Amino acid sequence: MDTNLARNGLALMARFLSGASVRWIDSQPDTCQRVYFANHTSHLDPIVIWSSLPQEVRMITRPVAAKDYWIKGPVRRYLANRLFNAILIDREEIKVHQSPIDLMIREIGQKYSLILFPEGGRQQGGGVGEFKSGLYYLCKKRPDLELIPVHIDNMNRILPRGEVLPVPMLSCITFGPPLWLEAGEAKTAFLERARDAVRRLKEI
Amino acid sequence: MYIFDVRTLCLIGAVLVLLGSAETIIYVLRRRPESGIDAAILETFRLRVHAWWILFAILAAAFLLGHWTTVVFFGLISFWALREFITLTPTRPGDHRTLFWVFFLCTPLQFLLVGLGLYSWYSIAIPVYAFLFIPARIALAGDCKRFLERTAKIQTGLLICVYCLSYAPALMSLPKAQPAPSEASVSAGKPAAASAALAHADPQAPKGEATAERPPDFTAGTRLLFFFILMVQLSDALQYAWSQVPSKHVIVPSINAARTWEGLLGGVTSVTLIGALLWWATPFQGADWWMAAAMSAVIALMGFAGGITMSAIKRDRGVKDFGTLVEGHGGVLDRMDSICFAAPVFFHFTRWWLG
Repeated sequence: MDTNLARNGLALMARFLSGASVRWIDSQPDTCQRVYFANHTSHLDPIVIWSSLPQEVRMITRPVAAKDYWIKGPVRRYLANRLFNAILIDREEIKVHQSPIDLMIREIGQKYSLILFPEGGRQQGGGVGEFKSGLYYLCKKRPDLELIPVHIDNMNRILPRGEVLPVPMLSCITFGPPLWLEAGEAKTAFLERARDAVRRLKEI
Repeated sequence: MYIFDVRTLCLIGAVLVLLGSAETIIYVLRRRPESGIDAAILETFRLRVHAWWILFAILAAAFLLGHWTTVVFFGLISFWALREFITLTPTRPGDHRTLFWVFFLCTPLQFLLVGLGLYSWYSIAIPVYAFLFIPARIALAGDCKRFLERTAKIQTGLLICVYCLSYAPALMSLPKAQPAPSEASVSAGKPAAASAALAHADPQAPKGEATAERPPDFTAGTRLLFFFILMVQLSDALQYAWSQVPSKHVIVPSINAARTWEGLLGGVTSVTLIGALLWWATPFQGADWWMAAAMSAVIALMGFAGGITMSAIKRDRGVKDFGTLVEGHGGVLDRMDSICFAAPVFFHFTRWWLG
């Protein structure tokens, strides 16, 4: 109960601090199992997307975040583990027998949705970088998951790489129409299509 | 409860009657499509009236809760307006730390000084200290690309959204309890003393001034602020209404196609008339109605200047509105543009007249 209260409080605070206006374009919030994939420019991105979802969707959505950042210090650990229930990925120790994709699939089961950043790291400036192949392998193993492209605008100015203190500018989160991995679709074609889906949301 | 005197209540009554009749007129016109008035214009007007209800309700609540609540309320508006301004203004990563101080030090400090009524500090804190700090801090960040342009953008944002807007709550401490002859000499010697004192952050200077000055009359001050906001909002509405007059002479088509000479002249004239009718609510009673009328004309003209300036900025950035907070109103800054320009001028004219 307390955790729920703290979660809602955190979501409200994140909404206020990021000044995010949320848009759903050809898309609706839903509690079915989804993968929200977004461009990545700031450490606040997972929290901002998570908090811009409606409460009942938020409860079953888990951001995928970098372990090295989120286990530093008790505050970050509390936020990641207790509040937004993140799936932490060890970026230095990616091995075949403990691939992050298997970890994600194990963690979401038949219930949770994921927020992930296929660029693999934060980009400088406002562009969308090349996607790494993780998104493809995830869909290969779970083709039933709905993929929702998300574009985060302006977060790179609110908390750029290498800065500690945020400047409270206004950001905009855009959710786009769902897409799926087509049967027999090649890896590069799929990743390019997914990346375009995110880039297109910037223009709308 | 210093707010409940007869004249304040009359002013609030006038606002309620005005908004009520606006609602009625819009309701009647919407029911009669044959009146020939564009439905889109009517809808815009309806949304504006709705947001004015909200604005005046919040204002009334802030007034009832006292002087500091009102200052904090305007501080929050200022903060949000600055957010909208900087969001729309392209900055570079080198400006990040400067912006941090602008948001979290300059803005709260300005409203703290206004709340404390330290005129000789809040009138120069931003134009002197903050405006020198900004270019120096950007230079320290080591990115010289388009240096002057970036400095000017941040300075303009701070000037319009924070400095100018802070003069609205400052109006509250303007009318003094009783006239005294020493006023002019006190304020004349201040700026030099203040800048000399800054190096040592001498707490004696502001304290001495606060006790030497007569205490502000917050009842009259609150009424002055209410009168000011009412006049600005009326001038916005009337200029909009008058610009719907059929024969249209657009003033600057490349900036704003909706602002016409008919709108400006009709708006200023009607606001001046209404100001004259409301003279009893102002502290210019020694000068009778004509001073209130002249001040209202100044408010309307400055409101126009603010609107056209913000239009130019928006046009340059290729957007219609600054934000999405209040329905039908674009952003906070879209509603505050006229207040931002009118507040400091109205403040200094009034101060000169009362002093």
